[in-house]
Amino acid sequence: MELIKHLLFSVYFHQEMIYIVILMIFLGIEVIGRVPSVLHTPLMSGANAIHGVVIIGAIIVMGSAESDNYVALILGFLAVILGTLNVVGGFVVTDRMLEMFKKKK
Amino acid sequence: MEISILTICYLIGSVTFILGLKMLSNPASARKGNLVAATGMTIAIFGTIFLYRYRTSDGATANLTNLPWIFGGLLIGSIVGTLAAKKVKMTAMPEMVSLFNGMGGACAALISFVEFGHIAKHIQEGQPINKGTFLTIFLGLIIGSISFAGSMIAWGKLNGKVKDFSFKGQHIFNLALFAVILALAGFLLLNIDVSNIYLFYVISFLALLYGIFFVLPIGGADMPVVISLLNSFTGVAAACGGFLYGNKVMLTGGILVGAAGTLLTILMCKAMNRSILNVLIGSFGAKSTGAGGDAKAAGNYKEISLSDAATVMAYANKVIIVPGYGLAVAQAQHTCHELEKYLEEKGVEVKYAIHPVAGRMPGHMNVLLAEADVSYDKLLEMEDANDEFKSTDVVLILGANDVVNPAAKNDPASPIYGMPILEVEQAKTVIVNKRSMKPGYAGIENDLFYQPKTSMLFGDAKAALQKLLAEIKGLD
Repeated sequence: MELIKHLLFSVYFHQEMIYIVILMIFLGIEVIGRVPSVLHTPLMSGANAIHGVVIIGAIIVMGSAESDNYVALILGFLAVILGTLNVVGGFVVTDRMLEMFKKKK
Repeated sequence: MEISILTICYLIGSVTFILGLKMLSNPASARKGNLVAATGMTIAIFGTIFLYRYRTSDGATANLTNLPWIFGGLLIGSIVGTLAAKKVKMTAMPEMVSLFNGMGGACAALISFVEFGHIAKHIQEGQPINKGTFLTIFLGLIIGSISFAGSMIAWGKLNGKVKDFSFKGQHIFNLALFAVILALAGFLLLNIDVSNIYLFYVISFLALLYGIFFVLPIGGADMPVVISLLNSFTGVAAACGGFLYGNKVMLTGGILVGAAGTLLTILMCKAMNRSILNVLIGSFGAKSTGAGGDAKAAGNYKEISLSDAATVMAYANKVIIVPGYGLAVAQAQHTCHELEKYLEEKGVEVKYAIHPVAGRMPGHMNVLLAEADVSYDKLLEMEDANDEFKSTDVVLILGANDVVNPAAKNDPASPIYGMPILEVEQAKTVIVNKRSMKPGYAGIENDLFYQPKTSMLFGDAKAALQKLLAEIKGLD
């Protein structure tokens, strides 16, 4: 009962976020729905780079870690590196793929 | 003031993600779309570093600290990421995407780890905790871990370091493992106290294990689907972080990718006539390894000599090339394009038939042929190609196997039964270039190779094409 109350409160408290989730689900499907199959790989790669936005969470973890909390510092540092790999690597790979598409003209 | 500017940064970020994805869906604007999304990401990242204010333990707000560490991490990640992405060969792109995806998943899981550390501290001090926060931490941990472990296995599989592995009843084991993870998470959510904090680490271990066993038995035609699915997993894991920090740009980016990745996965499953659930419990891979054993397609195949192959192709009216993973492995796309150009000069009509799941990723063949400057209008999608095979003299199959296997059409016992294929047997002659008679990635025998109109041209695709081209030039 306590848990249900907690979760219900969370729904109320996060209602804005929940609206965003629902709208984004539809938007994501709409936007992708029109992609020609030629672009499937670059698109997957581009989407891969975009979910690298998780890096922001890593930055927050790292930046809010107390200077004596070594576990948070080390894990946060690692998370920043991995997240950056995802973002930068993802965008560069996608660009490389798309560069070749342009060349044919 | 600062916080409003940060809000605007995040707004810009969210809009560029949506815009970027939209532009990525059109060949003319795709490259710009990628840049737009990258710009938005940069703005969101630097906005966070300089403007984000977090709540300290005494209730005040403060700017982020440890900036040297943050910039150090960003710098290392950028250098390694750029080098890896610049150096990787076109054929190894699918692996690379899988690897980067795994990094994102690991990042999400690590965030959950650190945040749980804070919660554990609250519990030890006897303070109340927010169960909603706890739930998002759990989701981020489980989804992120599965995505990380799964992507690593997918990466290892694609570059040949990890072999297909399955045992009897593996999908039941997988389901049970998943149920245990959910049950433990549910239990911990309700009853967490000092004595059972360790269960959190047990759950993260089990989630990693699940990711491994989830991808291990899946092989061949299902691999693109798995990468796409893991991609959307990581999106959802990122969105969990958005919930955790009330961060809207993480939420929009994560959910967008989660929804888009799921749709892409569904589209690919449809192309193979398979349900997501079927892929999820890994039963396709398990079935195919079982079915691969019965060598029912024994029989005689015939080889064709290079000079015969050259003659047949040079005097044909229309040739359709069916590329597959073999072409990618051999890096034969440029040679293939040369052959195509030379034949066209001789008045032969040459086209390419592209199966949606040929290679290791959707659109893998398109990317590969685009690298070799093959023009778009030469690429036929599956339906159009199947209409044209009837009027085709020679079909040249370059390292494709499962996507041309007639068993998908006429053998209900085959594990790929029902998958739409390129119906190459409608053409007058079929020449198959393969390295050996070994079955394809899905481990299924292919009847096509034993049909009277089919002849085999063994060898590495690049070497074979070079010799073929020389032979055709020698005909003049």
